[in-house]
Amino acid sequence: MPSITKPIATHPSLKRNELGLTIRDYEGSMSTLCAGCGHDSITAAITRAFWELSTPPHMIAKLSGIGCSSKTPTYFVSGAHGFNSAHGRMPAIATGAAAANRDLLYIGISGDGDSLSIGLGQLCHAIRRNIRMLYVIENNGVYGLTKGQFSASADIGTKSKRGEANRMGPIDPVRLGLSLGATFIARSFSGDKEQLVPILKAALAHRGFALVDVISPCVTFNDHEGSTKSYLSTRKHMVHATETDFVPPAQEILANISPNGTTSVTLHDGSVVRFTRTPAHYDPTDRAKVTEYLDSKTASGEVLTGLLYLDESSADMHELSNSTEVPMAHIPYETLCPGSAVLDKLQEEYR
Amino acid sequence: MHDVLRVNTRTHSDVNDFALKLANVNGTGSASANGLLMQAIFRMGIPVTGKNLFPSNIQGLPTWYEIRVNKEGYGARALDYDLMVAMNSQTYARDVSEVRSGGYLLYDSSWPLDPELHRDDVTFLGVPLARMCNENFANPRERILMKNIAYAGSLCAALDIDMTVVGGLLEEKFGRKKALLDSNHKALKLGYDYARDNFDCPLPFHLAKMDANGDKILIDGNTATALGCLYAGATVAAWYPITPATSVMDAFKGFCEEYRRDPDTGKNNFIILQAEDELAAIGMVLGASWNGARAFTSTAGPGISLMNELLGLAYYAEIPAVIIDVQRVGPSTGMPTRTQQGDLLLCAYASHGDTRHILLFPSNPGECFEFAVKSFDLAERFQTPVMMLSDLDIGMNDWVIPRIKWDDSFRPDRGRVLSAEDLENAAKYFRYSPLDENYVAARTLPGVDAKGSYFTRGSGHNKLGGYTETPSEYQEVMDRLKLKHQASAKFVPAPILETREGARFGVLSIGGCDPAVREALDILAAQGVPADYLRVRGFPFDAAVEEFLASHEFTFVIEQNRDAQLKSLLTLETSVPKEKLRSVLVYGGFPLSARHVVEEILGQI
Repeated sequence: MPSITKPIATHPSLKRNELGLTIRDYEGSMSTLCAGCGHDSITAAITRAFWELSTPPHMIAKLSGIGCSSKTPTYFVSGAHGFNSAHGRMPAIATGAAAANRDLLYIGISGDGDSLSIGLGQLCHAIRRNIRMLYVIENNGVYGLTKGQFSASADIGTKSKRGEANRMGPIDPVRLGLSLGATFIARSFSGDKEQLVPILKAALAHRGFALVDVISPCVTFNDHEGSTKSYLSTRKHMVHATETDFVPPAQEILANISPNGTTSVTLHDGSVVRFTRTPAHYDPTDRAKVTEYLDSKTASGEVLTGLLYLDESSADMHELSNSTEVPMAHIPYETLCPGSAVLDKLQEEYR
Repeated sequence: MHDVLRVNTRTHSDVNDFALKLANVNGTGSASANGLLMQAIFRMGIPVTGKNLFPSNIQGLPTWYEIRVNKEGYGARALDYDLMVAMNSQTYARDVSEVRSGGYLLYDSSWPLDPELHRDDVTFLGVPLARMCNENFANPRERILMKNIAYAGSLCAALDIDMTVVGGLLEEKFGRKKALLDSNHKALKLGYDYARDNFDCPLPFHLAKMDANGDKILIDGNTATALGCLYAGATVAAWYPITPATSVMDAFKGFCEEYRRDPDTGKNNFIILQAEDELAAIGMVLGASWNGARAFTSTAGPGISLMNELLGLAYYAEIPAVIIDVQRVGPSTGMPTRTQQGDLLLCAYASHGDTRHILLFPSNPGECFEFAVKSFDLAERFQTPVMMLSDLDIGMNDWVIPRIKWDDSFRPDRGRVLSAEDLENAAKYFRYSPLDENYVAARTLPGVDAKGSYFTRGSGHNKLGGYTETPSEYQEVMDRLKLKHQASAKFVPAPILETREGARFGVLSIGGCDPAVREALDILAAQGVPADYLRVRGFPFDAAVEEFLASHEFTFVIEQNRDAQLKSLLTLETSVPKEKLRSVLVYGGFPLSARHVVEEILGQI
């Protein structure tokens, strides 16, 4: 994707994280997306999340498919390896990458075309395998690079810029994730950084597949009246299911001093996610209730946001595969090759 | 197939030179009886080949197994059957017709034989297999299974197969399952005794112990391929089940469970991912290779069709990948359980745009092992996909091959990869620059050092790896990739040349055609038609291929596909004039036989 190198000018007063890095160190090239694109806000939130987590940039692997959303890994953490793959194929490539090195932090950036149409199958199976990664869908209901066709997440009745109405039902990544057994499901809005940053941080700490659907209006093709994924429409219909706060393990004690009405969920790395329950009965660990609540909100036309579902008990791909703790890519050849004596003995069976 | 010109492709002798065909119904347990016979002959030290001609079906359709015994060591498929074991009423008429004049047919005489199917020039050996098994075994399932062992017993008597060898094999197989072992012994003896008491045993053609097999092994190509991947140090395997490649991954899994489990932790030093389809399987391989693991997939033609998209990405972004293609009959679903060499052009130029790949062509299980190891080295040395094109005949049939050797000093060639220290000492890192003499730049792995970070992309990029839409920058990279591919010609397995005194023309072939071609060349030479032989083993073609074509007035290109794909590849990639190439094409799905080659060549010269 085209990109413009951004000059790094670090002001001495910029705050530094535990690694002594400023937020500038987590930025990438200049975005070439349209001015006002929701995706750029998500990029900014991702940048902040990594900085706040003090993740060493070289331990991050950024992967994407094809589309406007998939361009964005160039725009954050330039010190991380990036892989801009093929349309809809990022989940498989991320799966292979995660199989080879379980020590890295994987972030996949996709869009609604990339994940819900051409790559729907791969997304489903990455969820089933419970790949340990943060999977962001920058969801705008429209194909931007090819000039405004409806995507599979376009709502019924939503109108294209030419005035044509969509009549097919949408695929909702949140419900999809729930039905497939995703272990971390959240939804947010690109314009709501206060909600999005803690969600991303919690997702990065999750030991499994963290699906984060971010409604991200397309300013060029889908931000007009009649579009249900416009800035106006999203702000008007957005409902926070949970207020998410993310507390890294070092600050766990503080997290426990929480006000009434908050559910704390401890992640496997020891960090804690706190949910402020907007509705008193909302429990993000109860799949049946989550589904029921989602249904009720969808019926009333509201976009439910927050960390909607969390399951910290399921095994991830490596646990399911009984993989060694050492990344596959780091196992010495001497350990891998059984040697000539074994081969000689083995061949006695082929006599 | 070629009945008009009947050329006798074998020198006739009574001992250790005959072909046997067993006609069965699939799913009835015949495979283990047939395998038992084949293995027993192998253990008697006699050169033997087995070809399983099986249907794409679980139970109920016709299936054949051919065993060729040849003391000279010719291992191609024979087309003249001295003895037919006709166990399938569905194909009985056809099976009777395939016996050579003067040959024998063994059938189940529990029921009367249709007199219309009788042949005066064939000796019919009736063994009441069903009746004997019904009388001796109570369990209905056992009655069916033991019929196979009973006919194996009759064949032991008819062909002088060493009963102690067969008994030993049964012990090895069923040793701990006493009841099963007893049943097998009983059935074997029933068949043996009946044949000995009722026929003139042994038949005129029969076996006699030899010492031709030394320490050779009996192995199929897919197992050998899996062993190669194990020894190459592959840790990530991704695949989608497909005939005839499935047994590559089955075998790899078996070997890994045996040799790749950490004795202290019980954890796996491997990960095998059964993907949702071949699109994902190749994606997983790319992700893992990009991240520094040795990764591979095994598939067949339909899988390669799906993988085309990401093969182009791997080629253009320069990501190592190993793809094992066990070819079967296409197009489309084609005939999944039949063999062909129909993926040559598909693989050579897989994916849209200008792409070209490194291909290796093993001709037997020994080369499957060797080339599988080589594939990983080449993929990492040249940072590109490498496809090893085996086929169903090599992959799924048992071949007698010299014992596989392993050199413990072998260390994998991981190609140019920068370490943390390399990066520390480097001023700046660019993914595609500077280049070595083979036009390859050093890559870096994620997780090593932020200084080595770069963006892998399938979109247009310049010589440093940055995005571009500028024609000259794009072309510069594409031209280099072509040079890189050409440079790999010196590294793929060199072709094998066999010359003959007074050769009038050349014969060029590939892969599993080899045994039939070599036998045919001996027959032709004996008839006063000597020819030189070159077997290509890799693509891009070595300079020796060009020289061979140039130094012969004309060359027969022998291959198993309709469209002369190897011939096309030669005309595209060498300067040979089209008129100098003639084709021998056999592509019906059964392995090549020497007779096909001899008849075609004699017919065309």
